[in-house]
Formats: sequence, C-alpha cells, structure tokens
Amino acid sequence: MTTTLHPEAPPVVGATPQPTLRTPRKRRISFTPYFLLIPAVVILAIAMGYPLVWQIVTSTLKFGLAQQFGKPAEFVGLGNYLTLASDPYMWTVILRSVLFCFAAAAVTMGLGVLVALLMRAVGSVIRIIIQISMLLAWAMPVVAAMTVWNWLFDWRRGVVNWVLTSVGLPFQNHNWLQNPVSFYFVALIIVVWMSVPFVAFSLYAGLTQVSGEVLEAAQMDGATPRQRFQFIIVPIIRPVISIVLLLQVIWDLRVFTQIKLLQDAGSIASETNLLGTYIYQLGTGSSNFGTASAVSIFVLVLTVGISAFYVRSMLKEDES
Amino acid sequence: MTPARVILGIVGIAVAMIWIFPVYWMVNSSLLPNVVLQSQSPTFLPLGASFDNFSAVFQGGTFLPALGMSVVIALIVVACCLMFAFLAALAISRFRFRGRKGFVLAILFIQMLPAEGLFIAQYKLMASVDLLNTVLGVSIIYIAAVVPFTIWMLRGFVAGIPAELEEAAMVDGLSRTKAFLRITFPLLAPGLVASGVYAFLQAWNEFTVALVVLQKNSVQTLPLWLRGFIQASASHAIDWGQVMAASTLVALPVIIFFLLVQGRMTSGLVSGAVKG
Repeated sequence: MTTTLHPEAPPVVGATPQPTLRTPRKRRISFTPYFLLIPAVVILAIAMGYPLVWQIVTSTLKFGLAQQFGKPAEFVGLGNYLTLASDPYMWTVILRSVLFCFAAAAVTMGLGVLVALLMRAVGSVIRIIIQISMLLAWAMPVVAAMTVWNWLFDWRRGVVNWVLTSVGLPFQNHNWLQNPVSFYFVALIIVVWMSVPFVAFSLYAGLTQVSGEVLEAAQMDGATPRQRFQFIIVPIIRPVISIVLLLQVIWDLRVFTQIKLLQDAGSIASETNLLGTYIYQLGTGSSNFGTASAVSIFVLVLTVGISAFYVRSMLKEDES
Repeated sequence: MTPARVILGIVGIAVAMIWIFPVYWMVNSSLLPNVVLQSQSPTFLPLGASFDNFSAVFQGGTFLPALGMSVVIALIVVACCLMFAFLAALAISRFRFRGRKGFVLAILFIQMLPAEGLFIAQYKLMASVDLLNTVLGVSIIYIAAVVPFTIWMLRGFVAGIPAELEEAAMVDGLSRTKAFLRITFPLLAPGLVASGVYAFLQAWNEFTVALVVLQKNSVQTLPLWLRGFIQASASHAIDWGQVMAASTLVALPVIIFFLLVQGRMTSGLVSGAVKG
C-alpha cells in the first residue's frame, strides 16, 4: 500500500515554486502544505489509524479463537469492558501497574533531583565523571541492558548474590525472580537505573538557570540550605520537574520490555503481569482479541488522559 | 578543600560507579572465558582478556542474519522518516493553514501512545496483508511510530532558519528551489543528522512490536536475538561471556550515536520547560 505512495512524495518539493501566483500575498489559500503532509499522514493512517479503528470495533465483538477459524464475530457492545470490570484479575493487574508506576516514578524523581543537585555541588572533574557514567547507562539499548541485569541477578553465578553472600547474608543461589515481590523489586531497580539519567540531565539543565548570585544573596540574608532549595531553586525549576515527572509516569505505566524479559528469565507470568504483558498474553497467548482490544483501549485512554497536560505545554511552545 | 566538598566528591564518584557498573560488567564479562565466569567468585578485572567470545558470536551463525535484518530495517526507517518528516516539518513551520493545529495535536498525542496499546491490532493488520515476519511489515509500523517525534524535532530546526534568508537569495536571482537547496538545506543538516540518529536508535532498539510481528526464528532483529539468550538462561546455565559479547556488539553503535545527539534529544523532549 505505502510503496505506491513513496514515489509521489519527492516531486512535491519541486512543486513548491508555484510559478502561477507571483504576488507574495500572504493570505491566499495554498495547497502546498497539504501536499507536504501526504506521506506522513498516509503512513500514520495505515499503521496507527487503521489499527486503532480495528481495535475500537473489535473491543465490541466477541472475538476469540473460534473467530480466528472463520466463525463470525458476535457484537457484544460494551460486553468485553463489563467482563473486564468484573474480573478481579484485571483489577489486580491495574493496581500492580499503578503501584509500580508510582513507585518507579517517585524513586526516579527523588534520585534524579539528588543527582542533579550533586552535579551542581561538585567540581567540574567529578561532574564530568558522573555525566559520562550516566550517559553510558542511558545509552544502553534496553534489551542489552536486560541481558546484563539478568546476568547480575543470575541465581547461580550472579554478582548480586555473591556480594550479598560475602557480607554474610543468606543469598547463596537465591532466585530473585520467583517471588513476585522481589521480581518487582528487581524490575524497579532496572527501570530506575535506566530513567534517572534523563531526569538528572533535564533537572541539571534547569538548575543552570538558577543564578548563583541570588543564592548567595539569600545565604547572606540568613536562608538555610533547605530554605534556599525550597524557596528559590524549586520554584525556578518547577516547570522542568512537572514535565519530567509527567513523562516518567507515562513511561513507567507502560513498562513492557523490562517486565517481559524478566518473565522470560524464569518467573510465572500470571503472577507478575502488568498491563502491557497482560495485553500481550491475551492477544498472542490465548488469541482473545476482543478482550485484548478492550484492555488496549483502556491503556490508550489512560495515556491520552495523562498526556493531555504535556501536549498542552508542547503546543504552547509551538505557538511561540 | 573543605571536608564537605571532599565528602560530596566521594559521593559523586560512588554514584558514577554505581551507574556505570552494569555497563562495565557487560564489557568485563565479554572479555572473560566462560570457565572464569562460572567459577565460585566473580572476576572484577578483565586480566588475560581475549576476544574469543566475540569471535564465537560471529561464528555462531545466527548473529549476522539478525544484524543484517536490524541494519536493513534501521536504514529503511531512517530514510523514510527523514523524508516524510522533513516535508511535514516544512509544512507546519513555513505555512499557516487550516488543519495545522489539528495535525500538530495529533502527532503530539500519537508520539505518546504506548506500543502495547496498539500492537495486537497492528499484528492483525500485518497478518491480514501477509506482512508478518517481513522487513516491510515491521518497517511500516516503525516509521509510523517514529515519524511524529521526528517531525517535532525537525520543526524546531526549520523554524530556526529565517525564511528571509531564502527570500534574500531569491532577490539575488536564485529560483526558489535553488535558494532552498543552497541556503536552507545546508543549514538544516545538523537537524537532519540529529533526527536521523534518533530514528536509527528507535528502530535499532525496538523490542515490543518486533516481538509480535516477527515470530519466526529465521527473521529476527538483534533485540529478539538477544532475548533468545535470556529465555535459554531460564532453563539452563548459559555461556554468559558470549551473551555479554553479543550485548556489547548490539550496544556499541547505539552508545556512539547516542553520545552524538543526546543534547538535542533531551532538549526536544523538555524544550517547553527549559529555555536556553
């Protein structure tokens, strides 16, 4: 479908001269921008728009394994949503996802703020050392990072067990992924490790806007470090904090790769599912597309709801 | 130096070491033979390092096909994304037209959508047009997923180049196309590079969509190929030296590219909040 459209895209650039209308009046209606948007709009319509519509339709159908083999799907209206709402497992998964998201976002923000303040407080050499190590952690492809963390937490020869055992704790051959609580603990550590660099860098960029003179003046007027943080630094970097926090919440709500790969390394999926892996299991494991679509719609609505604030602030930037 | 500064310095070094440790451990393990890795206590320095694990990865026979697949997909995604996004960025930053605001709103929201919110439907779409397990199928979804943010990034670059510059060149006798190619395009180069690298990183690292669309072992991208090792480790002891060598190979291009464009990507994400 798309391949036929690609060749049409480039000539559009050549079409910009518009030799017919030479007068540079600004308000005339031009079709040029619409031509320019065609390739992007077409690909988005195919790979995002169509699946979205399919998903909305399917979420109102009884669409399971039997329908895979040709049985017509029956219209059930909001039936799938009602079934989900009365399914305690769905609520468990939602609760787990929300708790995990809040825990990960809170720890990430807390550590991010501390690291940003630390980068400001230390000399330039140590700051550069911190920045390099954070950049390397940040740059790690998520799957490569997951293989390393699996190796670190490996129950046979992992370093984590070795360190804990050598300080005298009973962690010989301890399997971290079998118990759901320690599974989430490991997942939390990994997600936080991956996310802190972005938060720390963004907040540090925000902190450079805080002038040293103002802080010095406040100090001379007798403000304690805590007061300086609370009344000078925080108000200035508040916009950065709120945007970064919002992004963290959105990203942590949809942790899929980390959870899926930890499950692959040996834990029971039903005990450790979050929303993403639950949809995956419904769709690919049990071919229950009706229910999977309903959960997906729920996740999309939730994301769009939380994103609204972020999108508004980005739009403001677009207008300026 | 005051004692407080010394303590802060020590804390700073400790933080740096904690964050870099997994990366260091990956490289360290990749250089050590499996016998050493399987011994009772870990070896913290790669003394007697060798590249045996790396050559074993290359000789294993499954790495190169996965590498080829990842490279081809990444190239398609980068090329198409840059082209589509450039045209769209031109439209929204150089023209005021009906529907512009709707389009900007749409790309901002689409950019936030999680892959897990649509991947079952995308799987069904690809199954219905027989594009499961194909490069084209994955690429189409990747382009659509990456193009919104690419448009947003390029928009900033295009808007930063004053249209007057182009107009001045036209007054001096260049055609609009020539003015664009000679004046605006070179100024855009850094923006195109940054956006291209962003698209590359997304395509190279993507796991979720690949997991559902590429289900045959014969067609795997590098992230799926690495996942095979994690799955294997669930049931039996595996050769971690080779896995770490493989991970290093997957991470290396990413780390290099990432360091090049990190600043621009961050400012794209939070530019509304950080000025300067």
